[in-house]
Amino acid sequence: MDAFTQHIGTAAPLRRSNVDTDQIIPAVYLKRVTRTGFEDGLFAAWRNDPAFVLNQPEYEGVSVLVAGPDFGTGSSREHAVWALMDYGFRVVVSSRFGDIFRGNSGKAGLLAALVEQDVVEKLWATIENDPGTKVTVDLEHKTLSAGDISAPFEIDDYTRYRLLNGLDDVGITLSHEADITAYEATRPAFKPATLPAKA
Amino acid sequence: MSRTLSEKVWDAHVVRHADGEPDLLYIDLHLVHEVTSPQAFDGLRLAGRKVRRPDLTIATEDHNVPTLDVDKPIADLTSRTQVETLRKNAAEFGVRIHTLGDPDQGVVHVIGPQLGLTQPGMTVVCGDSHTSTHGAFGAIAFGIGTSEVEHVLATQTLMQARPKTMAVTVDGVLPDGVSAKDLVLSLIAQVGTGGGQGYIVEYRGEAIRALSMEARMTICNMSIEWGAKAGMIAPDETTFAYLKDKPHAPQGVDWEAAVEYWKSLATDDDATFDREVVLRAEDVAPFVTWGTNPGQGVPLSANVPSPDDFDNPNDKIAAERALEYMGLTAGTPLREVKVDTVFLGSCTNGRIEDLRAAAGVLAGRKVAEGTRMLVVPGSGRVLLQAESEGLDQIFKDAGAEWRGAGCSMCLGMNPDQLAPGERSASTSNRNFEGRQGKGGRTHLVSPLVAAATAVTGTLAAPADLEPLDVVVPENV
Ligand code: SF4
Repeated sequence: MDAFTQHIGTAAPLRRSNVDTDQIIPAVYLKRVTRTGFEDGLFAAWRNDPAFVLNQPEYEGVSVLVAGPDFGTGSSREHAVWALMDYGFRVVVSSRFGDIFRGNSGKAGLLAALVEQDVVEKLWATIENDPGTKVTVDLEHKTLSAGDISAPFEIDDYTRYRLLNGLDDVGITLSHEADITAYEATRPAFKPATLPAKA
Repeated sequence: MSRTLSEKVWDAHVVRHADGEPDLLYIDLHLVHEVTSPQAFDGLRLAGRKVRRPDLTIATEDHNVPTLDVDKPIADLTSRTQVETLRKNAAEFGVRIHTLGDPDQGVVHVIGPQLGLTQPGMTVVCGDSHTSTHGAFGAIAFGIGTSEVEHVLATQTLMQARPKTMAVTVDGVLPDGVSAKDLVLSLIAQVGTGGGQGYIVEYRGEAIRALSMEARMTICNMSIEWGAKAGMIAPDETTFAYLKDKPHAPQGVDWEAAVEYWKSLATDDDATFDREVVLRAEDVAPFVTWGTNPGQGVPLSANVPSPDDFDNPNDKIAAERALEYMGLTAGTPLREVKVDTVFLGSCTNGRIEDLRAAAGVLAGRKVAEGTRMLVVPGSGRVLLQAESEGLDQIFKDAGAEWRGAGCSMCLGMNPDQLAPGERSASTSNRNFEGRQGKGGRTHLVSPLVAAATAVTGTLAAPADLEPLDVVVPENV
């Protein structure tokens, strides 16, 4: 994973709450067995609508998504994060995220920046007023700024640390393999095993 | 120190704790399906890693699989590729798999319990948000993303920050004709889709204790629909009786040791929760959703709400948008809403008790003209059990379609989908826009309401149906 320290880019306002992962990428787009190429499924139902925000020419090339509360609720599909990243997003800003979505973002390298709802409202107003406004997201200092807005955002320390250093989780965990092996030796005998299969 | 159920189970799985870092948790059971695993297995291959504990891993195919012609190759090529990829990965990495046609193929959250692999005090994960279902046994069970699937395959552990604890206490007795599904839908309508965020919830109280294991699974299944990390119910005699004869239940002395341990898991009397919610079972009535998230629900006896009923501006906008999408007019009695398709199935309500409940309503009745009903058992074993009880015949006689096992119309990844504008009454868990097919409109309901709706063609409860002519024998 590439390290993430700072990102500067234009943003799109998504004035909707409760954007669940079925909206971010409908199930029919989940059938690929590869890790990339999911941008075609991003917001698939809404992208047919010429009035949808991402279809507006002024929001071409955006890399920051400013969304309403409860973004990414619902299914655990990491494809939602991949679709956003494949489309070109690096940062999603919201006042509340679905838990699994936020976790998945951290793993895949998408920054899910948690802010107060009034910051979202101000960002929406600023971006809509001038879609060319650059948003600067500084992970080191946990701040974001755009026009005359400057606000802190929240992200848990551990995810921040991993993103800043571009660390791979499996690698970190395997450095504690001795702990895992020691734990395994203490597991009670009555715990079930899938093998050998019984019917 | 006194602890809650979830704290006891959590503590028992901490492999490594360091301040400022998430805990490294050991995972007792990892369930795998075809949609969220291919990239994870790829990751292992790329890094030259193995599955650390194939003996704690089990796979099945459920999301994509057709429910008709299951003995033929899957017609949709991309679905077929995904299913075949899982089969190849399972073979390569030594993972047990249950494929189409096998009694233990089916929705991943139905097969863990039916095999007895889901037990109290365990940690269970799956690349699927409804993993919360397994919490009904007193396990910590939650959904994970594909990166985490890879992490568990490689290490049998996960990094997890310790969630807060919440108790949902349901006092009293559920009224007749009111099921676990109605209870959980009305809970979500009260607390909102974000109400459980950051919490492991323990469902407790008299009404919960009275529920069967399958009904408990329905409740825990929907935990994610109000944002909870997981939902749990303390194991008790109902749990032990359910597990006793399951294929992978502990045997002999192991059984004794296990039950003794399981009994110790209950929340200590003086333990405290970070948040508590109390509900009265008597207040719960048959419930249905009118909108596009599971929190947008009302009793079946109510009318479609108006956006003006909501004070919060975001709720108001969400309601406007939902009514438009759903093609509903505020003020319409829900009982007058006409339904095109009834879907009985899913990991929420696709188990044998759900099928029995619906069949009880449909016996001697017909599915309304112009309405279709799909019955999709949660697993091959549920299907066989239903057939041995003659339930399939009741459904077929009523004019419903009896299908093979899988997720089916719960998410419309296979050919079972709603057409644009088509309206369903569905026993599944998500009424999101397009969830059951592009442009499809979903009302979440219980199996009893689903069956009654199939008969009338409009949203209905069994109590709304004309009584059947009962042939009373002479001399009685
Ligand atoms: S039945 Fe529905 S909710 Fe359950 S695992 Fe399948 S798709 Fe997910």
